[in-house]
Amino acid sequence: MDVKLELPIWILMQDFIPKGIAVVFQKGYYQYYKYLSMKKGNVAGLSMVLAAYVLFNRCRSYKELKQEQPSEYH
Amino acid sequence: MNENLFASFITPMILGLPLVTLIVLFPSLLFPTSNRLVNNRFVTLQQWMLQLVSKQMMSIHNPKGQTWTLTLMSLILFIGSTNLLGLLPHSFTPTTQLSMNLGMAIPLWAGAVITGFRNKTKTSLAHFLPQGTPTPLIPMLVIIETISLFIQPMALAVRLTANITAGHLLIHLIGGATLALMSISATTALITFIILILLTILEFAVAMIQAYVFTLLVSLYLHDNT
Repeated sequence: MDVKLELPIWILMQDFIPKGIAVVFQKGYYQYYKYLSMKKGNVAGLSMVLAAYVLFNRCRSYKELKQEQPSEYH
Repeated sequence: MNENLFASFITPMILGLPLVTLIVLFPSLLFPTSNRLVNNRFVTLQQWMLQLVSKQMMSIHNPKGQTWTLTLMSLILFIGSTNLLGLLPHSFTPTTQLSMNLGMAIPLWAGAVITGFRNKTKTSLAHFLPQGTPTPLIPMLVIIETISLFIQPMALAVRLTANITAGHLLIHLIGGATLALMSISATTALITFIILILLTILEFAVAMIQAYVFTLLVSLYLHDNT
């Protein structure tokens, strides 16, 4: 079975020391911050937390849910 | 299908570690505390709601009973938020576990009853015999009142468990029926889908009502005993 993993080119450009990874997250955070104002406490912030919760629970119960998928052969 | 129906009610573990602790602690994230006088709209909404509920629920008590305000308000917030979060897809609701509801109901009920027995012993014992009963009926009535007293925590726990579990099961079943009917007949699937929407609205109401009922009954037991 051949698995070919295609990473985007930029991820190979980053340095993989812990500080470098933290810088990536920090840059993403500051780019996103202008859409969401944490001080005012809006519906978008709450729904982000709930969406993360749903995703977390879906990952947790993935094994049991796998049996309910309609198509067996992909 | 039988095993899958109850699969969402087993306690979540990940790699042998109990995940249920994290899930029980999660609703506390949604109630931020703030020391400011004027907060953001999220905290203001929550404070307004809390004030409304506490005024409505604790105004019937005397000052001794009002010392229970913190307990009862955290109780209603916890049960309400846990039930509402359980309506999200794939989530685990801790209040479907009888163990947890018993753990909430028995100490609170026992605290109220023991407070009543310690402080107002004669009045608490007098609750066992209603006024104006004919004399031959007295022994039987005392037994019946004792049983009805001891069944209160059981009823509290089982009521909450059964309501929430039954609601979740119905949603699972009707959702599965809608999916299965889609390939057979679209109109029936549409009707079933409308039933599903109505059921979900009901479940939102039940989630909040059950929290209220639980807390109200505990506060009533408290009122009898202070």
